[in-house]
Amino acid sequence: MSSKAKRKLKLGVFKFASCDGCQLSLLDLEDDLLSLADAVEIAFFPEASSKMKKGPYDIGLVEGSITTPHDAKRIQQIRRQCKMLVTIGACATAGGIQALRNWHNLNQWVGQVYAKPKFIHILSTSTPIAEHVPVDVELRGCPINKHQLLELLAAVAVERKPNIPTYSVCMECKRRGNVCIAVAQGVPCLGPATQAGCGAICPAYGRGCYGCFGPMESSSPKILAVHLLAQGNATEAVQRSFRTFNAWSEPFREMSEGKGTE
Amino acid sequence: MQPEISSRPEQLPKGAEVRMDVPALELLIEALRERGYRVVGPVLRDGAIAYGPVNKVGDLPAGWTSEQNPASYRLKRRPDNALFGYATGPKSMKDFLHVSEIRTFAAEKTDGLFWILPASEPPPRYAFLGVRGCDIAAMLVQDRVLIGGQAADPFYEARRRNCLIIAVHCTEPASTCFCVSMGTGPRARNFDLALTEFADSDLHEFLVEIGSEAGAEILERIPVTIASTEMTSRSRALTDRAGQAMTRHLDKDRAVSLLRENFDSPQWDRVAERCLACGNCTMVCPTCFCVTFEDSTDISGQRAERWRKWDSCYSLAFSYIHGGSVRSSTKSRYRQWLTHKLSSWVDQFGSSGCVGCGRCITWCPVGIDLTEEVAAIEKANSAARKEDS
Repeated sequence: MSSKAKRKLKLGVFKFASCDGCQLSLLDLEDDLLSLADAVEIAFFPEASSKMKKGPYDIGLVEGSITTPHDAKRIQQIRRQCKMLVTIGACATAGGIQALRNWHNLNQWVGQVYAKPKFIHILSTSTPIAEHVPVDVELRGCPINKHQLLELLAAVAVERKPNIPTYSVCMECKRRGNVCIAVAQGVPCLGPATQAGCGAICPAYGRGCYGCFGPMESSSPKILAVHLLAQGNATEAVQRSFRTFNAWSEPFREMSEGKGTE
Repeated sequence: MQPEISSRPEQLPKGAEVRMDVPALELLIEALRERGYRVVGPVLRDGAIAYGPVNKVGDLPAGWTSEQNPASYRLKRRPDNALFGYATGPKSMKDFLHVSEIRTFAAEKTDGLFWILPASEPPPRYAFLGVRGCDIAAMLVQDRVLIGGQAADPFYEARRRNCLIIAVHCTEPASTCFCVSMGTGPRARNFDLALTEFADSDLHEFLVEIGSEAGAEILERIPVTIASTEMTSRSRALTDRAGQAMTRHLDKDRAVSLLRENFDSPQWDRVAERCLACGNCTMVCPTCFCVTFEDSTDISGQRAERWRKWDSCYSLAFSYIHGGSVRSSTKSRYRQWLTHKLSSWVDQFGSSGCVGCGRCITWCPVGIDLTEEVAAIEKANSAARKEDS
């Protein structure tokens, strides 16, 4: 460990179909960004610097989903250049909000939006990176939690296991000392089916969990959906609550189609 | 009716019962604060009556109560101005004594040397005001686990050692309560002081029972008078009525053998169809003590920390050993929780792990009721026996 720890980790940050919010979490690290720059060589990060070093990279952070034939090829090249490939954010891990296209006829839309549709070369679906190449670690969220990103990089730097929990948001919510808004106020909340990692931000401010970290380990959204329906929430509202940032991610996908709750 | 007033003796003995009014309660809170206690009691917070900091009588939830059902908790107005007229809420003393997250130590490397840094500042001295019989019983369950023995936890013990317990006998159980079945209430035991509240329209006062020397000592400068026997019997009548009002029941002795013998009950599959494995029941349970330890390093690699955090037998990582999780199905995790709580806990620690507070019923997001699950396991068990004979 000692000899390896001295050599700076070479980091690349790559963007696919996304809003850039997740890679910005790297720049949002503020004071920690300075210590990060000491420990890690930021070799390729077009969002932050026009100085771009060639691969291979020790760690590749991949943001965004695969939506074009060109990107489907590019991710293969990036995978070959990265020893460890980490997908960051709901687009990369689940297809993102743009995966809403997966339920619709895209050609029709392209014709309506673009004056010359023949220049648009896109795939009919938006898919997560893991559907195209093997992924070593996933950081969930829309956007990711910058503390989780720092935890991951700090862990890789000293070759230890990162603390990235896969249990429910409820565990974090209760540890934080929140009073459950679903039970005490009847607010629909996806926390009991959603993966932790955000620190239960929304419930702490009186809003139900939107599920932006996607399905937790052994997630049972159907049980939650049945309960939400029994509480008098409209079927359409319950289905739509699962069709957001992680719409294409099983088992949220099935729930958004209403499977099991007809 | 004004109780008979007699002058108070100079020193109140343990076991004495005195009468106290609301201004005297204010003085009691002041006296606790003057002695360096951090007073924790019921406060209105985010749509619930939860334990939190209390600095004056005005912080208490006067005139509020709760209506509790499986997966539902709602605040309601009371017809009177009672300060303690509600059943237990989302938090328990566990939140303060067996805290959810604590740094157990940190280490730093400077000039090639490795330094262990102190854990954290010394814990506060808590005075718990308004806690219930079930709460105190739960604390004693955690004492048996976390003080002495194999799983001794110095952080728990340090908080627990100096705390003062001012209980309030529960006179209005929620529909989710079953403390009578578990033998933990509604009358509190093992307190320093215990109050019974009488919030009549013309007279708002308390009967105070002195349970310890520390309790007697804190009352020294508080204006109280010897309680009438009439007041004492009214207090009994109120808790008797509360006990009779309880609608949920559980046979705690029967549960020990029932769960031990029903590892293969078909009911486990049925509850797994309703359980989210979210872990809420274990988080709100005042006796669930499981923790995980997380080691982390900062990005420079020069500083390391170890944190102790509440864990849950509902997480996959909880039973992870080399090669995978032992309890991968929700069925096996629910079975583990219930069987440990009501059965193997007795073998392990000499008492049930359940105190009948009903928090796991109220705060389960889908309202799974352990008393109903035990009844269903019993029913399936009898049906299977009938088939056999």
